[in-house]
Amino acid sequence: MSPHSTYETLRHFADSWGLAAMVVVFLFLVAWPFRPGARGDNEAAANMIFEGEDNGE
Amino acid sequence: MESVVARAGLWLAALFVAIVFFVNAVDTGFAIHMAVFGLAALAGLVIALRGTNYLAAAGGVRVVADQGRYDDDLIRAGVILTTFWGCVGFLVGLFIALQLAFPVLNLGFEYTTFGRLRPLHTSAVIFAFGGTALITTSFYIVQRSCRARLALPGLAKFVFWGYQLFIVLAATGYVLGVTQGKEYAEPEWYVDLWLTLVWVAYLAVFVATIMKRKEPHIYVANWFFLAFILTVAMLHLANNMNLPVSLFGSRSYPVWAGVQGALIQWWYGHNAVGFFLTAGFLAMMYYFVPKQAERPIYSYRLSILHFWGLIFLYIWAGPHHLHYTALPDWAQTLGMVFSIMLWMPSWGGMINGLMTLNGAWDKVRTDPIIRMMVMSLAFYGMSTFEGPMMSIKSVNSLSHYTDWTIGHVHSGALGWNGMITFCAIYYLTPRLWGRERMFSSRMINWHFWLATLGIVFYASSMWVAGITQGLMWREYGADGYLVNSFAETVAALHPMYLLRAFGGVLYLSGGLIMAYNVWQTIAGNLRQEEPLRLAAHDPAKDVPLAKGGI
Repeated sequence: MSPHSTYETLRHFADSWGLAAMVVVFLFLVAWPFRPGARGDNEAAANMIFEGEDNGE
Repeated sequence: MESVVARAGLWLAALFVAIVFFVNAVDTGFAIHMAVFGLAALAGLVIALRGTNYLAAAGGVRVVADQGRYDDDLIRAGVILTTFWGCVGFLVGLFIALQLAFPVLNLGFEYTTFGRLRPLHTSAVIFAFGGTALITTSFYIVQRSCRARLALPGLAKFVFWGYQLFIVLAATGYVLGVTQGKEYAEPEWYVDLWLTLVWVAYLAVFVATIMKRKEPHIYVANWFFLAFILTVAMLHLANNMNLPVSLFGSRSYPVWAGVQGALIQWWYGHNAVGFFLTAGFLAMMYYFVPKQAERPIYSYRLSILHFWGLIFLYIWAGPHHLHYTALPDWAQTLGMVFSIMLWMPSWGGMINGLMTLNGAWDKVRTDPIIRMMVMSLAFYGMSTFEGPMMSIKSVNSLSHYTDWTIGHVHSGALGWNGMITFCAIYYLTPRLWGRERMFSSRMINWHFWLATLGIVFYASSMWVAGITQGLMWREYGADGYLVNSFAETVAALHPMYLLRAFGGVLYLSGGLIMAYNVWQTIAGNLRQEEPLRLAAHDPAKDVPLAKGGI
């Protein structure tokens, strides 16, 4: 493959399937903490730095 | 006993290697740096031999660290060094600001010219002050949020002191003229290799500590630290692909050439901002703001959103440093679009930090550390709005290459990174040395106002300077020629340079007050002073009106 067409191939892959895959992964990761039933987990995670008799020190 | 012999042997081998490289050095800068390496190896050797309890070792006793206590020795050293490097970096910054206003301050030596001191300033504040603060706070936070003692203590020492050696090598290199000439990636190939070694060890210590955690969940601050460590490793390796001219010399040439080299440099440069100066410092924010406010983060979900938003968007924003260059147009537009999208997660994070104070806003009045945190978040928000705006091509055509960029960088660095680091220092010092509080809260308040006013002078003078410069550069006369010569634009900026230097004086004096405050706190002194705010109450007046009164 000539250098020029390598560039074209990679560039087309990047702005089609590559981009689509990134968007899907991103949306999944961002949606994860909003899944049903996650409220308790999130609250526990936010408060963990205050736990224990020593207030997490 | 075997481990002492092995460690001492390693240091001795390092010393011999340094001597061989020193003897064969083909240029002075390289020779001096190998001498520095040799001295560091010698120091390591002496500490390895003298730091061992031979009696215990001879008796077959193995000294085991108490896993029920946090390992804070390096963190205490880190707080002191962060304070020290901060003051050094601010001082050099003030000096080069004055050099721009009064060129005579270049002093006529090659070692003291603006060109050599400017990277000394940027590296002193970013890598020495900021980097030491990041390593220090990450070691503190990862232990507390994992409820586990720092893993691999020997390697942790290597990370901490190895990073300080990197700082010394980088700083002396700039003054001696040893540089690759890449902004924020100036150190030459052998210093880059050393930093790679230190950084891999840093990742190992951090991940090993997370793996021995006693908490089921990895707190979000550690996500940010991990992203910072991993991404900086990747950026550092990609941008420093250099071939040395000689194995015994300081010169090297990059593998990437032309516009590819430029793109990789600014992919590195912008993500140094995104992951070193943003992700790492956000980790501090997500731990110290809730702890100081004594309330959990406003929304943990938003913090996850903030995290992935930054990770997925920042990495593409670099090309906005190369608008209107040989970089393909689509790449410039891509950089611009991703920069603008970054505005959203950034402000999400700012709102998350600020709203943590919801219901406790009175603390802004009574606690100067909270006040400083609010100001630092405000500057985070301001500079993450200004940045995307400046990345828009039409705005960039006015702002690029002018002092507006310098102003933007400093509102982020002084306002956001500086202030949140000062907060971390004020939070950590009394806790690490077992003091009731900082020596003086009123001095923190002074520091707050000096720093804030310093930034206001700095940023506003650079806005005026930058826009003046941009407009003067692009002004054409009726005959189609440029109206202003470059020297005329420099003369027009002189008053702004003086105002900027004045801002620097204020910011530096705030830093010195902090250093004094930290010093006194460590010494165990408490300043007797009125609290910042007393609730006014006069019992004599606290009575109902008598019947028929007035």
